[in-house]
Amino acid sequence: MLSLRDVSVAYDGVPAVTDVDLELPDGQVLAVLGPSGCGKSTILRAVAGLEPLSGGSVSWDGADLAGVPTHRRGFALLFQDGQLFPQLTVARNVGYAPRLRRAPDTAKRVGELLELVGLAGYGDRLPGTLSGGERQRVALARALAAEPRLLLLDEPLSALDTGLRERLAVDLRAILRTAGTTALMVTHDHEEAFTVSDRMAVMRAGRVVQEGPIADVWREPADPETALFLGYARVFRAAAAAAVLAAAGRPPAAAVAVRRSALSLDPSGPLAATVVSSRATPEQVRLVVDADGVGEADAVAPLDSHPGVGQRVRLAVDPGRLAVWESAPAAS
Amino acid sequence: MRVIRLLLVALVPLAILGVFFVLPVTGMVSRGFWTDGSFDPGGVLDVLTRPRVHRVLWFTLWSAALGTLFSLALGLPAAHVLYRRRIRGGSVLRAALLAPFVLPTVVVGVSFRQLLTASGPLGFLGLDGTPAAIIAGLVFFNASVVIRVVGGAWESLDPRPAEAAAALGATPFQVLRTVTLPALRPAVVSAASVVFLFCATAFGVVLTLGGLRYSSVETEIYLLTTNLLDLQAAAALSVLQLVVVVGLLLAAARARRTADPSLARVVARPRRLARGDVPALVATSVLALLVLGPIAALVAGSLRTDGAWSLANYRALETTGQSSGQQHALLVPVTDALMTSLRTAVDATWMSLLLGLTVAVVATRRSRSRSERRVRTVLDGLFMLPLGVSAVTLGFGFLITLDRPPLDLRDSPLLVPIAQALVALPLVVRTLVPVLGSVDDRLRQAAATLGASPFRAALTVDLPVVGRPLLASAGFAFAVSLGEFGATSFLARDEHPTLPVVIFGLIGHPGPMNYGMALAASVVLAATTATVMLAVERLHVPVGST
Repeated sequence: MLSLRDVSVAYDGVPAVTDVDLELPDGQVLAVLGPSGCGKSTILRAVAGLEPLSGGSVSWDGADLAGVPTHRRGFALLFQDGQLFPQLTVARNVGYAPRLRRAPDTAKRVGELLELVGLAGYGDRLPGTLSGGERQRVALARALAAEPRLLLLDEPLSALDTGLRERLAVDLRAILRTAGTTALMVTHDHEEAFTVSDRMAVMRAGRVVQEGPIADVWREPADPETALFLGYARVFRAAAAAAVLAAAGRPPAAAVAVRRSALSLDPSGPLAATVVSSRATPEQVRLVVDADGVGEADAVAPLDSHPGVGQRVRLAVDPGRLAVWESAPAAS
Repeated sequence: MRVIRLLLVALVPLAILGVFFVLPVTGMVSRGFWTDGSFDPGGVLDVLTRPRVHRVLWFTLWSAALGTLFSLALGLPAAHVLYRRRIRGGSVLRAALLAPFVLPTVVVGVSFRQLLTASGPLGFLGLDGTPAAIIAGLVFFNASVVIRVVGGAWESLDPRPAEAAAALGATPFQVLRTVTLPALRPAVVSAASVVFLFCATAFGVVLTLGGLRYSSVETEIYLLTTNLLDLQAAAALSVLQLVVVVGLLLAAARARRTADPSLARVVARPRRLARGDVPALVATSVLALLVLGPIAALVAGSLRTDGAWSLANYRALETTGQSSGQQHALLVPVTDALMTSLRTAVDATWMSLLLGLTVAVVATRRSRSRSERRVRTVLDGLFMLPLGVSAVTLGFGFLITLDRPPLDLRDSPLLVPIAQALVALPLVVRTLVPVLGSVDDRLRQAAATLGASPFRAALTVDLPVVGRPLLASAGFAFAVSLGEFGATSFLARDEHPTLPVVIFGLIGHPGPMNYGMALAASVVLAATTATVMLAVERLHVPVGST
């Protein structure tokens, strides 16, 4: 089990990470999510032993790792762009760590891992001849071949294009499950985090603002800013929040965050609104409306409806797509 | 903490630099400031008011400026033709025009004299012993520096901005003026500053072509110390040169700090010649004549004795030369000197490689803090210093500081290689630093997280990248050592001279046979160096030269 206690890291005296506490039980995947520059990659590098701590401790199964150099930690790090050794073939790259350990049956193990990542038969190719997605799969196989106690993933999919990223995220999840790997992943993409991990920690400005099982974090973001980062479209406060909640059949609260699809066109819905703009997408029509007592809000409508700008419409509110704060959350 | 560890790693090269560079140079310089045990800076200042010193300074300045100007004027068009145009025999021409870079200065001096001497092929021009001959010799050397530095940058210059400009309606000349030259500016400035430095500190060429009449600061230091034993004046000039050169190096480093296009390795395909290339072709041809003429004259001269073709000069290399009075020109046969040169070069090569590699590794590792980065930059710059200090100062400094316990190396066979290794060091460091610097540090980190120790990670990540550049810098160090004359002329023991020392000795002794032997020995030395250089050239490694 990986434990971080009050971990701080500073560059040139400028704090990049401040007092971070995290726990990662064996066999689980924890995603550290945050906007770029929030210090999430720094945490990963600190765990790997690539950055010195300015305070706190990183420990594994209770043993402090201070003074243990990177290559003795047994934590494999998968970089955003793979960082394959360009002069070695795919098989030599994957077999790098087993050969360092002089493990028996390296060739067989390499074959199995290439099969696991869907690249059977690629062993003799050079990294330069692979596509970005293939390179990243090889890098994953190479990291798994090290049989790491902990796998560190630094934005493993963000260098890839959208379609590939979604497919590989699902693959990654399955592979980590199959191998029973404990993994710490850093990403700025909440969907990637949702697909791959069990637990999630949200970071902002060098601090962890929320941590927990992924569904909990998703449903109950700690504050409006976290909600917006997790893909909630807007946050309403005070009277506007009360109006939205009333339409959803819930008691009033200090603030509420709504997902884009929380408000939908429904002739019998409780909320009246005027259409401000409308835009068709392949799946639905996206509206911006001026809702009575709420103000500007997002809503969706089925593709066969054609609400015109200025038209009065009625909206239903899905209580499952809201995040509610009973007391006033910190300003954002 | 990391800064401390960094300094510990850097301690070995620092100690070597301290003992074999700082100590001799300060020893030499302080010899001038302290007369009879008391500090006497006034004497040094007095030196700077001497009319002869003024003449020397002025000559150094304008000859170096003209040398730089002509090197650029011929080198830039040649770089264009050799690296951006497809011409028949291009690779041979390129090798021929790049070779002078490492040709021994003494050989070049001898070649030009053979070409321009009253009885030589161009004797009717009456240029022998004139500043024009000296400047031609400087250009002979330094145009190749311009071609090497600018050509490398030009070759890897992204062609698309130029194409974009052309598509927007710019004529080829406008493209050159508004896009290409600005993009090459760092390389051109870098080349120009280095060439000026080389011209201003040229020793072998000026000494062999200028004699006593035309003296630069460098040769004046030599003449003052060896012939006139005026150490105070020599020290004054050394200090002056050190200050000017360090200033120049700093300026060059600043100019280089702007984006260096030589790091983007997109090699544009060379195009065919067009009519607009005629001026560049003319300049390249002039340069080719300037380079090949003296060499041809040298080879031809070495094959002639008593007005007929013969190999007598080469056969004479096994002798000690013609006697004048009772004394032979040499103490040992030239062939012995060649063996000494080769042995010395081997020693100098491994020394400079070992030292250069350590420095390059220390200078390029990723810095975690600003103070650490500053320490690395200072280290990097510190090891460039030998480039700026006159080899003559270094040699003389060795002679007077390393001659007594605890370090009495006067009779050590390692003294000459150590000095030559220091002279070659900047070249080695400059070849290795860009290569090691271009390695993504995360590749090393990836190896570390897979369980590789730092040593193992270096084997996996750095060795494949640095292998060929290392071989190339070995070749450069070897060639530099073979031709090194400034420091060696002080340090080589009389019974074990190197080839350049022997050649200089031979041209200083009267007698046609001695002169013929000097020519033949020069050919042998040039051929040895050229062979090494051609082997290096086959490695295709880009070389920075400051």
